Amino acid sequence: MRDVTIGQYYPANSIVHRADPRFKLLIMLLYIVMVFFCDSFFSFGFLTLFVLVTVLISRVPPLKVLKGLRMVIVVVLITTVLMIIFYRGEGEPLAEWKIFRIYLDGIYASIKLAWRLMLLVVMPTLLTLTSTPTELCDGLESLLSPLKKLHFPVHELALIMSIALRLIPTLIEETDKIMNAQKARGAKFESRNPFKKIKAMLPVLIPLFVSSFRRADDLADAMDSRCYRGAKGRTRMKSLKFHAGDVIALLVWCIIFVCVLFLKYNWFGWAFIAVIGL
Amino acid sequence: MPLLELKNVDYSYPSGDDDYIQALYSVSLAVERGEFVALVGCNGSGKSTLARLANGLITPDRGFVTVDGMSTDKKENLYDIRKKIGVVFQNPDNQMVTTVVEDDVAFGPENLGLPPAEIRERVDWALDCVGMREYAKSGPFRLSGGQKQRVAIAGVLAIKPELMILDEATGMLDPEGRAEVMKVVTDLNRREHMAVVMITHFMEEAATADRIIILDRGHVVADGGRELFERPEVFERAGLMLPLPVRLAGALKKNGFDLGCPLTVEQFVAETKRALTERKTDGGGGSR
Repeated sequence: MRDVTIGQYYPANSIVHRADPRFKLLIMLLYIVMVFFCDSFFSFGFLTLFVLVTVLISRVPPLKVLKGLRMVIVVVLITTVLMIIFYRGEGEPLAEWKIFRIYLDGIYASIKLAWRLMLLVVMPTLLTLTSTPTELCDGLESLLSPLKKLHFPVHELALIMSIALRLIPTLIEETDKIMNAQKARGAKFESRNPFKKIKAMLPVLIPLFVSSFRRADDLADAMDSRCYRGAKGRTRMKSLKFHAGDVIALLVWCIIFVCVLFLKYNWFGWAFIAVIGL
Repeated sequence: MPLLELKNVDYSYPSGDDDYIQALYSVSLAVERGEFVALVGCNGSGKSTLARLANGLITPDRGFVTVDGMSTDKKENLYDIRKKIGVVFQNPDNQMVTTVVEDDVAFGPENLGLPPAEIRERVDWALDCVGMREYAKSGPFRLSGGQKQRVAIAGVLAIKPELMILDEATGMLDPEGRAEVMKVVTDLNRREHMAVVMITHFMEEAATADRIIILDRGHVVADGGRELFERPEVFERAGLMLPLPVRLAGALKKNGFDLGCPLTVEQFVAETKRALTERKTDGGGGSR
């Protein structure tokens, strides 16, 4: 069985792997906002360049990154084709067949859409390839910690996430066991009829629920026994530390963001950029 | 003052609407520092209830439980009680909080609010004690049952309790895993002088303890040293089966071959050898 807890983490020794997860998450947020500000081929190309550089210095084989994009590529292809076919642009269509009309604008727009979707997915994929779920959990907890002042249960949320991650493989194993037990009593899960299939899952889900609650009880006892009393007075063994490199990386991405904004809004009448941008 | 003391403890579980099942009847016992106690009894004899009472997960209906003089029915005592009494439960899968071994072991000391450097030190020490240091960075799901249970023990150990209660901690393990865990526990008792209460129904494990307490349907029916094994009727009445060497020796005794009360296979072999040589010299003397 695939080890879900590691996710798709690809262990390697690179600055991207070693970077502070908090900064990685911040850059990710910045990046996603940035992608939505891109609207010209020039700005897409500009951003893609930096994405490629990041992939290269992460030392994750590009093929691995592409593999993570597998599912998305299918979706992107379908939407692109549909968009080209159904786009209703101005002027004369390039080609026409029955109800389908293809416009030059449509081709441009759909390529941009595809490009934007790909860009949106590449970096988060890289994030999960270069950081473990635990790191991301810790990073999120640390980033959200200012919310503690508003009585937002940040520590509890992080603990819930970490326990959820920890229990996924256990529950998969459990599901397997229950399914085998039901099969041994003559249950059929291989029906082609989707309704029958859903109905057949019911005798699996109920025992799974019951055992999950039992597990939760046991875990709560074990946590209580190990002196757990919430966030109060709790310290951490591994405290997150950021280095100069993390700050520099964030600054670089901030500069890229500003460039993207320039490309979009053409502030101060920088006409030469507008000329290049399509 | 004993480390753990139960006095006239009654406890019953609710079952159905107005029904109760009494698990313990007026149980009194005390465990001192550094002791190695085996608590034995059949299923439903109240062993696990006793473990949960000891660190205040549940509180008695009548009587009281004190840890180093602190009563478990005061909520503000519980944190300090749990620092002194660690409990390892049966299912290792249900005791792990995180996805990395060392992070899980760190969970206890983190709750104590220790500085990071000391947590690190305790985690390394605890993992060394159970011989799992090399697995510090791995996920618990690559480990065998015995290894997982050793990690669970390390998790409790890192809190540095004075008494460790193992609630059928070897119950779900294969013989190899059981041996691993038993070795770790006996070492901790001998070397670190940690008091241990082993709750088990494997008599071979109970035979390694210095003191045996037998529970039968909620009553303490016997409490004593290893000499208890010389009174098989006590165990049989409680529905327990004696260790194989003791049973063999008992059967041989009925046939006029007295081996005493060997608790382990090694002791049994040694006793047999001794008895055989004695017989030979005796027999030789008779024929002359």
